[in-house]
Amino acid sequence: MKTSSPMKWFVSREGLYYLGLAALLVIILPLLLDPFRLNMVGKYLTYAFVAIGLVMCWGKAGILSLGQGVFFGLGGYCMAMFLKLEASSPENTAIQSTPGIPDFMDWNQLTALPWFWEPFHSFSFTLLAVIGVPVLLAFVIGLAMFTRRVGGVYFAIITQAIAAVLTILIIGQQGFTGGVNGITDLQTLKGWDIRTDEARTTLYFICVGMLFLCLFVARFVQNSKLGRILVAMNAQETRVRFSGYDVAAFKIFVFCLAAAFAGVGGAMFTLIVGFMSPSFIGIVASIEMVIFCALGGRLSILGAVYGALLVNAAKSGFSESFPELWPFAMGALFIGVVLAFPNGMAGLYQSYVMPLEDKIFKRKKVKATAAAEPQAVKPTVEKADDYDPMIDNYSPEKS
Amino acid sequence: MFDGYTSSELMSIFAMQGFAGLSLFSVFVLMALGLTIIFGQMGVINMAHGEFMILGAYTTYLTSGFFQSYLPGLFGGYFFVAMILAFLVCAALGALVEWLMIRHLYHRPLDTLLATWGLSLIMQQAYRSIFGAREVGVDLPEWMLGAFNVTDLVQLPINGLFVMIIALSIAVGLYLLMYRSGYGKKVRAVVQNRPMAEAVGINSAGIDRATFALGCGIAGVAGAAFTMIGSTGPSSGQAYIVDTFLVVVFGGAQSLVGTIVSAFGISQAQSTMEFFLSGSMAKVLTLLVVIGILMLRPEGLMALKVRR
Repeated sequence: MKTSSPMKWFVSREGLYYLGLAALLVIILPLLLDPFRLNMVGKYLTYAFVAIGLVMCWGKAGILSLGQGVFFGLGGYCMAMFLKLEASSPENTAIQSTPGIPDFMDWNQLTALPWFWEPFHSFSFTLLAVIGVPVLLAFVIGLAMFTRRVGGVYFAIITQAIAAVLTILIIGQQGFTGGVNGITDLQTLKGWDIRTDEARTTLYFICVGMLFLCLFVARFVQNSKLGRILVAMNAQETRVRFSGYDVAAFKIFVFCLAAAFAGVGGAMFTLIVGFMSPSFIGIVASIEMVIFCALGGRLSILGAVYGALLVNAAKSGFSESFPELWPFAMGALFIGVVLAFPNGMAGLYQSYVMPLEDKIFKRKKVKATAAAEPQAVKPTVEKADDYDPMIDNYSPEKS
Repeated sequence: MFDGYTSSELMSIFAMQGFAGLSLFSVFVLMALGLTIIFGQMGVINMAHGEFMILGAYTTYLTSGFFQSYLPGLFGGYFFVAMILAFLVCAALGALVEWLMIRHLYHRPLDTLLATWGLSLIMQQAYRSIFGAREVGVDLPEWMLGAFNVTDLVQLPINGLFVMIIALSIAVGLYLLMYRSGYGKKVRAVVQNRPMAEAVGINSAGIDRATFALGCGIAGVAGAAFTMIGSTGPSSGQAYIVDTFLVVVFGGAQSLVGTIVSAFGISQAQSTMEFFLSGSMAKVLTLLVVIGILMLRPEGLMALKVRR
């Protein structure tokens, strides 16, 4: 992989997939959709950030986190706090009993800005916090859990409990967080009105750009030695440990990486949707994020993007016309993906479409694909057969 | 947070909140017992457990309606019929679910989690379509109304006491079944060494199905008991599922005693703190403490001592 030049990579099979996604997101969708729909696609894409993180963390390394909504929410709330402070300048909030603090604080009889809101006056601090706060939390959780060899099911349940804690905390501390309503009525980003159609379209393209940045980071990690250790760890954790690798450190790293992606996604969500509330980050939302990743293919970072797009588009479509049916469809999706095709759409694509592609393009691209395929694609197929996380993940003290 | 209370006041507050916490305790125990069997013995995460419970509750609701219209004379005893019906309905559905879904997913615990979550979504929406989104409650028979006065401050409502008795008797029954019966021996044999258990002639697939059905059936009884102390809506089950899983994991997945101890500890901690803090902060603190302890003791409070 390292030896092939960038130009060659773009005409390789893998490169073409990336180009295809880029064409879809940058050219086709903006041409087809009106600004309102494009804004919705942008919102779905923010979930794709989380799904990419989950592919790295769950698909590759076998760590199922049911609390990705926490990191998504932390990123989103950090951004929302900055925007809210900008929207509640003393002039804008002159009618309040204490001008200069966000409106919901005024309603809850707070007279001064809480200390943890103060740094969010600074835009650069906010940008740092969008990634830093989720990563810090992920690091603390990961350090506590993985060094104690808590894994698999226990980890999933504990992250779910953490998601519950965060939601209860946000809803309970209404004066500091806006409660159930969340942080609403966000207007400008450094003086730039984010509510106009042009701004939303611009934000959409920024979101696509960030998404590709994350995709390339994820791709780099997956193709590096680190990525292969992660996959090895998922299959045979004890063997990797006995080979001298610090398994906990790798797990903490990938968990933090997923948290960072989710944080960026959350911040983009706040910008694109224009508000942030606990309903996007709780237990239910967090588990839905897992299905985005599972449907797309838990081993494919590109699949995750398509998964997030498809599930959310289906959700919007269904709940507009048949709100009663959506939970059934969602439930069937969970069961169907797990039972029938655990490797998601990417897995189906590999087993059915790829052979066709090979047949059609055999003469043209045989060299280019040969360069890209062995590392990027093959391991996923082999892994599908002996996917057995119970061996190592189930009992934390096994070794 | 203890400022401004004398020590005798504190004592009576603790006593009062302790008794109040007992009903939460019975809810936790009833839900957690079924989960412990399924999770501890089979390694399956059943996220639809709350929905099985609600199924039991709706069965009770229907039974009480039936007795009210057709057998008003026997209304005082309808609850016992409802409990048996709830067990049978939930166990039958549990066996069906095991056959359709779970048996393909053994050894993939994380996948059972996702699949059963899907099942819970479907069941919830089915309840919503059939019974409506509104919560339903049952009429209590007369002997269940009223309360014992233990002291001036502390009252024990009879229905709460009744639910507690059910919880404890199910726990005892389950203990006898798992540790003192031939069936329990077979279950434990399958858990410890499946190929060997099969080699001595144990039908391991049948044991799996029976165990899953048993866990779901207990959830149904829990739901039936639940209607005695509160009303039931389509999403009531989901409200408790995270807490209950923490109870099970905190107690040590395979230990029935551990489950009861941890249910007691968590419910008492939450109930006592609720007096001094807001309800949500009490819950947050309780969950955080539990998570913290789990990080120190990942295998739970009363893990089995197994040589590894």
